[in-house]
Amino acid sequence: MNIPKKLLYTSEHEWIRVDGEKGNIGITDYAQHHLGDIVFVELPEVGEEAAMGESIGVIESVKAVATLFSPAGGKVIEVNEELEEAPELLNEDPYGNWIAIIELTDHSDLEKLMSAEAYTEFCKNLE
Amino acid sequence: MSKLIFEKHVPDSNPFVLPPLAIPAANLDSIPKQFLRDQETALPEVSEVEAVRHFTELSTRAYGVDSGFYPLGSCTMKYNPKINEWAARLPGLAGLHPYQAEDTIQGALQIYYEMQEMLSEITGMDGFSLQPAAGAHGEMVGVMTIKAYHLNRQDQQRTKMMVPDSAHGTNPATANMVGFDVIEVKSNDRGLVDLDDLRAKMDEQVAGLMLTNPNTLGLFEEEIQEIAAIVHEGGGLLYYDGANLNGIIGIARPGDMGFDVIHVNLHKTFGTPHGAGGPGSGPVGVKSILLDFLPKPVAVKKGDSYGFDYDMPLSIGKVKNFYGNFGVIVKAYVYIKALGAEGIKEVCEHAVLNANYLRHQLRDSYNIPLDRLCKHEFVTNSKRQADQNGISTMDIAKRLIDYGYHPPTVYFPLIVSEAIMIEPTETESKERLDDFVQAMRSIAREAAEEPELVINAPHNAVIRRVDEVTAARKPVIKWEAP
Repeated sequence: MNIPKKLLYTSEHEWIRVDGEKGNIGITDYAQHHLGDIVFVELPEVGEEAAMGESIGVIESVKAVATLFSPAGGKVIEVNEELEEAPELLNEDPYGNWIAIIELTDHSDLEKLMSAEAYTEFCKNLE
Repeated sequence: MSKLIFEKHVPDSNPFVLPPLAIPAANLDSIPKQFLRDQETALPEVSEVEAVRHFTELSTRAYGVDSGFYPLGSCTMKYNPKINEWAARLPGLAGLHPYQAEDTIQGALQIYYEMQEMLSEITGMDGFSLQPAAGAHGEMVGVMTIKAYHLNRQDQQRTKMMVPDSAHGTNPATANMVGFDVIEVKSNDRGLVDLDDLRAKMDEQVAGLMLTNPNTLGLFEEEIQEIAAIVHEGGGLLYYDGANLNGIIGIARPGDMGFDVIHVNLHKTFGTPHGAGGPGSGPVGVKSILLDFLPKPVAVKKGDSYGFDYDMPLSIGKVKNFYGNFGVIVKAYVYIKALGAEGIKEVCEHAVLNANYLRHQLRDSYNIPLDRLCKHEFVTNSKRQADQNGISTMDIAKRLIDYGYHPPTVYFPLIVSEAIMIEPTETESKERLDDFVQAMRSIAREAAEEPELVINAPHNAVIRRVDEVTAARKPVIKWEAP
């Protein structure tokens, strides 16, 4: 299971890579592995605002439909439209292919997220 | 794969011509040019016998309850008694016109009225609408009555609907469709609603909670009265998804548990054919506080005669043309009348007994995450087979096809990894259940000794393993002329 060190993680298996006021978000290797072949991604809309943990998209695989929750409060400023045509990119490289970029409204949300070590431990307990 | 009828086209192979029009041809002048067809329709032409063979061959590909055991969890694929079909085809019922005067259709209205009454009695509700055309439609109508209730009280801040994480996908979809934001309530480690999470999420913005009991794990929500109290004290209403009614019918009533609205699936619980072979029917029942909001009209009894009541100013309106799928209502009416009160109770007892028998017989071969007394269905998974030889739930499901069985529901509920959800229903005999157990045990043995056999299944089906991923990512949904 690939869990890169520099990212922050949610218990719903999203990651966020923070760069100043912005954060790229996506789903983890654990998420893509358990969802199986992803066949559809419903992206958030640019300009959409969401609180931490609020639903901003949908990821559909042959097995299941999962909600994408915003890892932190913020406003969507960019979405990865490539995923609409090629949802399999999330299976192939879940960390290389971000889903959206948000502008963070409250940095204190980030303190509630898990480090790579904590998330590794969290996933271990799920098995 | 067999050819499409379009691919069997042979020009001039069928001399059939349509009879001359018995009515004047429509005047097309009023239709804008761009909407008029300017070339011949590309309808296929084959000889009569080839057309008959084509469709007869296709009919042999269908698998239904009449062909074999169909343990599709949460779908209640029980046998549909043929007497129901006989009744629905009686000329006095099948030949009615929906615009006929009420005094000429008293028998049909009596059936309609009595059906409302019987469903109310069975579920503990105060009134029913038989209009909704299917389960999901019933859900939508039920949630619309909840919305109408709050708005009528000038309580406009209730914009959220709570749904457990084990719910059917239709629940959040319905809430969303009616305009609510969906809040997910977590399950606890016993597979039941987590009361602390429910308490934390219930507030003055929540319109209600959608719940099915027994839940999708086949487990009875033992704290249902406490759940109802939390929702009601917070000003919300409690919605009962009737998908799993077969697990309590005749024994317990949603109305007595504190539910305010319910939809039932006549095509599940009441023995009528499922959608696709349907049509379906999803009547909605409500407690007295919601009666005014039901779709109109509802059937009423006036003295010795029956009629429709349209005088319902707070009604959410009509939700279906005319009165719902009347033929389905007739079939379910016959089902209830044929069984009677005692028979309905036995439906539940045997559905629960059959599910527990299978659970007991399969526990040596398969992992059962919540292995305790269940209601009408239970959830197992492929964990043992996956740990041993990397065999997935899909592999097991596909191998069951080789044994002549329709696979159970797989990968649902979502809270159990690699779920296999089995619902035998009451209409299966012990011999049939034993045969299914043998097939499942054989597959477990194959998974251990000859894993390739399972991983590459099905071997005996008309087509081998379909490529679901490509089908979903790059669907080909229409035939194009070469």
